[in-house]
Amino acid sequence: MRYRLPAGGRIDRSKPLSFHFDGKKYSGFAGDTLASALIANGAHLVGRSFKYHRPRGIMSAGADEPNALVGVGSEEARYTPNLRATQIELYNGLVAESQNRWPSLSLDFSGANDLFSRFLPAGFYYKTFMWPASAWKKLYEPMIRRAAGLGRAPEAADADRYTQVYGHCDVLVVGAGPAGLAAALAAARSGVKVFVCDEQDQMGGSLLSEREATIDGQGAADWLAQTIRELKSRTNVVLLRRTTAFGWYPHNFLGLCERVTDHLGLAITKQPRERMWQVRAREVVLATGAIERPLVFPDNDRPGIMMAEAARTYLNRYGVLPGSRAVVFTACDSAYRAALELKSAGVEIAAIADVRSAPNGRWMERARAAGIDVRPSTVIAGTYGRLRISHADLARISGGTMGHPETFACDLLLMSAGFTPSVHLFSQSRGKLVYDEDLKAYLPGTSVERERSVGACRGVFDLGASLADGFAGGLSAAKALGGTAAAEHKFSVFAQSLGRDGFIGAPPSGGKSRRTRAWVDFQNDVTAKDIELATREGFRSIEHVKRYTTTGMATDQGKTSNMNALGIVSQTLALPASQVGLTTFRPPYTPTTFGAFAGQSRGELFDPVRKTSIHEWARENGAVFEDVSLWKRAHYFPRPGEDMHAAVRRECKATRESVGIFDATTLGKIEVVGKDAAEFMNRMYTNAWTKLEPGRLRYGVMLREDGFVMDDGVVGRMSPDRFHVTTTTGGAARVLALMEDYLQTEWSDLDVWLTSTTEQWAVIAVQGPNARKVLEPLVHGIDISQQAMPHMSVQEGHICGVPTRLFRVSFTGELGFEVNVPMGYGRGVWEAIYAAGREFGITPYGTETMHVLRAEKGYIIVGQETDGTVTPDDVGLAWAIGKAKKDFVGKRSLARPAMSRSDRKQLVGLLTVDPNIVLEEGAQVVADPSEPVPMTMIGHVTSSYWSVALDRSIALALVQGGRARIGSRLSVPIPSGPVTVEVVQPIFYDPEGKRLDG
Amino acid sequence: MVEATIVRVNSLAAVSRDSASSPQVSLAVLPDAAKLVFRGRPSSIGAAGEAFGVELPQTANRFREAAGRKAYWLGPDEWLLEAIGVDSSELFSTMSEKLASHSCSLVDVSHRSDSMAIRGPMSEYVLNHGCPLDLSERAFPVGMCTRTILGKSPIVLSRTEQEVFHLDVWRSFSPYVWSFLDEARQEFLHDQSARSPT
Repeated sequence: MRYRLPAGGRIDRSKPLSFHFDGKKYSGFAGDTLASALIANGAHLVGRSFKYHRPRGIMSAGADEPNALVGVGSEEARYTPNLRATQIELYNGLVAESQNRWPSLSLDFSGANDLFSRFLPAGFYYKTFMWPASAWKKLYEPMIRRAAGLGRAPEAADADRYTQVYGHCDVLVVGAGPAGLAAALAAARSGVKVFVCDEQDQMGGSLLSEREATIDGQGAADWLAQTIRELKSRTNVVLLRRTTAFGWYPHNFLGLCERVTDHLGLAITKQPRERMWQVRAREVVLATGAIERPLVFPDNDRPGIMMAEAARTYLNRYGVLPGSRAVVFTACDSAYRAALELKSAGVEIAAIADVRSAPNGRWMERARAAGIDVRPSTVIAGTYGRLRISHADLARISGGTMGHPETFACDLLLMSAGFTPSVHLFSQSRGKLVYDEDLKAYLPGTSVERERSVGACRGVFDLGASLADGFAGGLSAAKALGGTAAAEHKFSVFAQSLGRDGFIGAPPSGGKSRRTRAWVDFQNDVTAKDIELATREGFRSIEHVKRYTTTGMATDQGKTSNMNALGIVSQTLALPASQVGLTTFRPPYTPTTFGAFAGQSRGELFDPVRKTSIHEWARENGAVFEDVSLWKRAHYFPRPGEDMHAAVRRECKATRESVGIFDATTLGKIEVVGKDAAEFMNRMYTNAWTKLEPGRLRYGVMLREDGFVMDDGVVGRMSPDRFHVTTTTGGAARVLALMEDYLQTEWSDLDVWLTSTTEQWAVIAVQGPNARKVLEPLVHGIDISQQAMPHMSVQEGHICGVPTRLFRVSFTGELGFEVNVPMGYGRGVWEAIYAAGREFGITPYGTETMHVLRAEKGYIIVGQETDGTVTPDDVGLAWAIGKAKKDFVGKRSLARPAMSRSDRKQLVGLLTVDPNIVLEEGAQVVADPSEPVPMTMIGHVTSSYWSVALDRSIALALVQGGRARIGSRLSVPIPSGPVTVEVVQPIFYDPEGKRLDG
Repeated sequence: MVEATIVRVNSLAAVSRDSASSPQVSLAVLPDAAKLVFRGRPSSIGAAGEAFGVELPQTANRFREAAGRKAYWLGPDEWLLEAIGVDSSELFSTMSEKLASHSCSLVDVSHRSDSMAIRGPMSEYVLNHGCPLDLSERAFPVGMCTRTILGKSPIVLSRTEQEVFHLDVWRSFSPYVWSFLDEARQEFLHDQSARSPT
């Protein structure tokens, strides 16, 4: 660590660490970032730029870093690309690699891009790769994507754990620099519940790099330690370090990402790698600070060119010298402070070039007194050095012309154009920004949410003012909550003011030659010329300039570039900066992992998997399951050696010939109870219910208000004021919500109430000619004979000793029962029925067989034969409409002429002329297959199966004017050619319904 | 008739089998109970309370408990009535008779849900991994109940003691809810010194 000072900084020298970067071993100390440790080892070159593959170094010391993006992780399952080296805490064994280079960082073949840079200006991909059009997809786009880019996505599944947790507090303070800490103190002392979050591993912000200032008679470090102690000691305060407030969502709801274990290197606990906090704060204090702006000058992107404050941070916080001989280029006073502190640590300051014509004040005087060569009205005209800066040209500007450049040798160039307040979160909260001409910055204006900004993020830069502003903000938040605020506190601060000077845009450089490039957006490789080109090509809105040049569109969202881009547009168009406008800030503030957004929702917890109480029996008996909404349903029960078709044929045959058993538990169920229950049913369903006797069932159809079929199901009248309603599996929640909506908003006069009973009842369908014989010995208190219990009736009693609602109903066309028992008894009753059915060869069947059997009978499935544009009449259910009823949901819509046109799509059966062809569901139906493509499509196949009972294929279809076409032939084009089909009645098996009675 | 040998199976039986206990946060399956949903006109609320044996709370989001029976306020016209160790059919019949002249609805939902408890100083924090509500005692005191969500599942949440919450969960969602909470409490199972950040 050649550049590590023997003492100083906040690192722990008793804890040396070793790490690898690009395969080379380095050492550092606990408390280092990857960036500070690399600089301590003299390594500034850490990456290649996005487009031109220019060698790039570490430019900043924080979240704003545009260049030093690295991939971290020794194993694929824990690899993360595009991390900012300035924010990676060092740990023992850390493995990092540079990105976007081949074969190596110092020798990158794609660096040739840089030589062709004048062919790759802003928007080049709109211009250069236009012809031939077909080459875009196959050649140009893959090529550009390969050449340009950042890190690679890991291939292995993420091995870490991520969690999400909701948090609630009275005051959330974002940022724990001096202003944030002062705000936290004020709020905490007021007794309200306070969350303080900060993205760094230590709280303190700028105080962590402070040397001279004193607060209330203490050095900054001591005041900081004492303040943290006080906050920690208060039970009403939660301090969240390593936690980035990345997004603001409506009503003071903020997303915070806490990096819990990354700095530990290995998962030693079951702590999550990251914890996503979703915080609802009654009041928010934004203390997000400010970001130092680079200066835009020719070749300002070489390794060794760094922000002045970053250099100061490396020196004071990490005890690292970022170079040995520095040139400083500045437009404000703070760089003088950096120069003085570096000089006192042994860095030679070759010169300070100051854009300002007459810099004055304490800082300038101190620099001169220290013997530093200060040059007003001076700019950097160019730099040299391939993998690290070696020289810089300084030139004096007078009267708008640039003098002869003077070359200075250096291995470090510090730049500062002043500070840009971080208004990202404020802007995300829809707060209005106001341009401050004096500061050349956008500042928070009118708030929309319950929040206030304090300190540097609203342009209050000096330490004393910032502390006072923070404390006042904390008090105002506490007062806004209606409580008693803590006592005022006057901070007594000694710190030399840094003034408010700054510069946006590009200082004059004289370098107008074609080859001179001055970077504005370092991460997306956008130069001042690109922006000038965009304005020449007619782009005036900053939003258009942004998209055309991609400035500000990199992963850093233009933290260092936006204001300079705006300044250049303003200079070029001769418009005031305030009229150029600012681009929109969007979450996340810094890139956030997918893991944090997924949280616990992965693997088995990705979604609830709903299982019936019979599920385990089905699993043990070899069922293959299918997903139906969140439910798992047994699809079929293959025996060894059977595929789905073989299993389904066997299941169909057994059910038609003897008896099958089927788990219908997932059907939605709603208990409708009250003296107006029948009236309510009349209004919700198309059918008439008044005359349905208790003990009888009826098939009900429900429409939406637009008259189209929404849901269907069998309904049992249990007593005059009680209906047992069933719905489709997927429609249960929707139907209940719609019913409740009508009751609460339209028909609150009806005495009727709804209760979901979907999960109260397990439903076991026993279907087939032997169904009665199977159930007879098991039931108690119910006469299930044909005379006592005809088709479509229901009785209450017991089965196998548990209560049941026994339905005589059939969705197969065979004699059938549906046994409803309380859910917890489901499996027990199922097993008892299965045992009793053994002598009849009872066969469990799944949803596929159920679908085939009902299709043979032409029974529709809502969502298969219907698609939200189908009326009851379209699917042959006109008989289910109570025509004498005054009203029901959808009735008026059915009266529209369009709903009764004869050319509407109607449900018909299709029989392929070749009985062995099974049509594809969804296939289109046409009248004339010789028509050129696109043919006139007159319908589509909704259901198609092989029917064992008929020993041929069958299909249902919706066809325009279908009923009038019965007896005619149509065609169904499929990939192998058109298939001729005969249009028939949509019922294929037992049209007289004789089998319903066994 | 076949002998009544069929036993009720709790939906949490399998998932809860080897649940590690922790002084900081533990999970437990609650006993099966008779559960009825009562809904009705205001005039019937008093009679329902009398019939059940617990006066129905009319303060929003509160439950009332007496002699092992609980009445949870779920909505302006809806209560969940819960009685442990009672035959639900009998409770349903007796209450139905007493409410016969009233304008209301009573439905047996004893098998619709199973219940679990989460207890320990970390239960609030663990619940907040899936429940977006403020569960501090200030906002969610003992005696409070509400329909809410836990992750992607609807639940009825109630606070019975300072560090004990009960969750009533529809059967098909209950293994998910249990597993979700069990996953969220992992950081406390393996590290007894772990503390809630709040």
